[in-house]
Amino acid sequence: MRQKLRLIGNARIHGAVAILVSSGASKLADTRHFGRLAGTAVAVLGVAAVFIYLGGWFNPEALTPARFADGFERSGGIHSGFRRNHAKGVCVSGSFESNGRGTRLSKAVVFNAGRIPILGRFSLAGGNPDVADEPEMVRGLGLLFNLPDGEEWRTAMINTPVFALNTPQAFFDRLVATQPDPQTGKPDPEKMAAFLASHPETVQATKIIQSHPASSGFENSAYYGLNAFWFMDASGRSIPVRWSLAPVQAFAPANTTGSARPDKNYLFDALIAGILQQPLQWHLIITIGQANDPTNDATIPWPDAREQVDVGTLTLDHVESEETNPCRDINFDPLVLPGGMAPSDDPLLSARSAVYSQSFTRRSGEKKLPSAVTPSEVRK
Amino acid sequence: MNMNVATGQRQFTALMRLFHWLTAALVLTILGIGVAMVASLADYHRLVAIHRPLGILILIVVVIRFVNRHNSKLPPFPATMSPRERSVASASELFLYALLVVQPLVGWGMLSAASYPITLTGSIHLFPILPHNVMLYAVLRRAHTVLAYLLFLTFLAHFGAVLFHSWVMRDGTFSRMAPWKVRAH
Repeated sequence: MRQKLRLIGNARIHGAVAILVSSGASKLADTRHFGRLAGTAVAVLGVAAVFIYLGGWFNPEALTPARFADGFERSGGIHSGFRRNHAKGVCVSGSFESNGRGTRLSKAVVFNAGRIPILGRFSLAGGNPDVADEPEMVRGLGLLFNLPDGEEWRTAMINTPVFALNTPQAFFDRLVATQPDPQTGKPDPEKMAAFLASHPETVQATKIIQSHPASSGFENSAYYGLNAFWFMDASGRSIPVRWSLAPVQAFAPANTTGSARPDKNYLFDALIAGILQQPLQWHLIITIGQANDPTNDATIPWPDAREQVDVGTLTLDHVESEETNPCRDINFDPLVLPGGMAPSDDPLLSARSAVYSQSFTRRSGEKKLPSAVTPSEVRK
Repeated sequence: MNMNVATGQRQFTALMRLFHWLTAALVLTILGIGVAMVASLADYHRLVAIHRPLGILILIVVVIRFVNRHNSKLPPFPATMSPRERSVASASELFLYALLVVQPLVGWGMLSAASYPITLTGSIHLFPILPHNVMLYAVLRRAHTVLAYLLFLTFLAHFGAVLFHSWVMRDGTFSRMAPWKVRAH
C-alpha cells in the first residue's frame, strides 16, 4: 500500500489541485487516501479559521478600535489629516522641572531632580477642527516628556476632575446617543435621556464635573489624568496613583453669560497671548490612592484626604501652530509610559490606547489641511 | 541558499530543527497576537506589549538561523519531488526567510516613523531606524498588515504542502524536519 501510494505520488506530484481534479478517475479514489487529502484540507482551513476567530471576524458586532473611530467620524465628520477627537488644537513646548520628591513614589527617570524637555498640545474635545471655541467645551492637554535615557512619558489630560464614563462600551453608547439626527441635524434628547437612565455613574460624575466650574481659559485650567495608574519604586513596591496639573495662573471663572459672541478662536488666542506675555506654569500633583480606592473606575473621585505630592513644575514658554510643529504628528497615547509606571485595571486605558492608535493611523496617511489656529494666528 | 547537500543525511541538523520549531512557535504566536490586538479594545495594550519584543526576538532568531543554515549540511529532497517542485520549495523557503526578516524591520521602522518609543520591556527600548514622518508611517503600517497576511498565507501553503507530502504521499518530508531524531533505515 505504502509502495503503491508512493508510485501514485510520483505520478501526480504536481500538487493537490491535480490530485483533486484527477482523483475521481485515478486510483486516488482509494478512500483512505482521499480521507488523508480531506484531512489535510481540514487542517489548513482549521488553522485559518483559528486566525479568523482571533481577528474577531466571527463577531462583527463587537466593539473594535475601527468601529470606535467610525463612531467618532459619524459624530464629528471626517476632516482630512485631523484627529478623530480633540481635533482642534495648538502646539506648545517647554520643560518640566522635577524637584526630586517623586523618586520615593516611582523609579521613573522623570522624577529624578532635573529639567526635562516637553512637547505638548492644547485641544478642544470633538471631531471638528474648525469648531468655534465655547467656554463649556472640554479642554485637553497632551504632554510628551522626553526623558534623558531615551524613554518617553506621554499623557493626555482634560479639565474635568473625573470622567463621565467608566467603560469603553458606555463611551461608545454615549457617542451614538449624541450623534446628530439625520432629520433634524441635532442630537435626539430622548436618546441621551435613555442613555443617562441606564448609566447612573454618568449622572453622578456629571454632578461632580458641574461642581467644578470651568475657568476662563486654557491657561488657568487644572488638567486631570483621569485614569489610575501604578507607580513602582526602586524596591519593587507598587502604589496606585492619579495625577493632575494645578495651574500657577490665578483662577478666573469662565464668562458663560456674556451676550457678545466671542471670536471663534478666543480660547486659543488667549492662550497664545498668555504664553507670549510670560511662560505658563502648572504643578504636577501625584495623588496616592489607598487600598480600597477604585483604580478601575474613572467616574469615581478618590477622597479629598488622599496624600498629594507636588513632584515638580511644568513650564510652557513656546506656542506654535500645528501646521509647523511636530506635535500634530504625535499620538499622545496615555499608555506610553516609562519604566516605573504601569497601567491600572481601568478598562478605559487600553481602549484609549487602541482608539488613539486607530485615529493616528487613519489621519497619518491623509492630506494635512490647514489648522484653525494658523501660524499667523500664533504670531499676531 | 547553499547547496550543501549531504546525501547520507536523512534529517536537518538538530540545531536547524530546533531553530525551525522555535521560529514556527514564535511566528504563529505573533501572527495570532497581531490579528487579535488590532481588533481588541480590552487587550490591545497587553498584546502590543508582547508583540513588539516578540517581533524583535524573531528578527534575531531568524538572522542567526539563516547564518546557521548557510553553514550546515542539508538532507536531500525526497525522491518524490520533481526538479520543478524542488525549485518551488527552495524559492518558497527563501521567500519565508525574507518575510521573516522584512516584517520585523517594517514594524520597527513604522514605530520609528510614528515617533513612538520602541519599548521592549520596562525602561529597555530600541533606537529609531527612520525619521519621524507620518506619511511614511502610514505606508509602512499598511505594509505591515499586507506582509502579515502574506506571511500567514505562505505559512498555510508550507503547512499544507508538508501535510500533503508526509500524510497523503507518505514520502517522509516531515521526518526531515521532525523535532525528534529519525533513525536511518
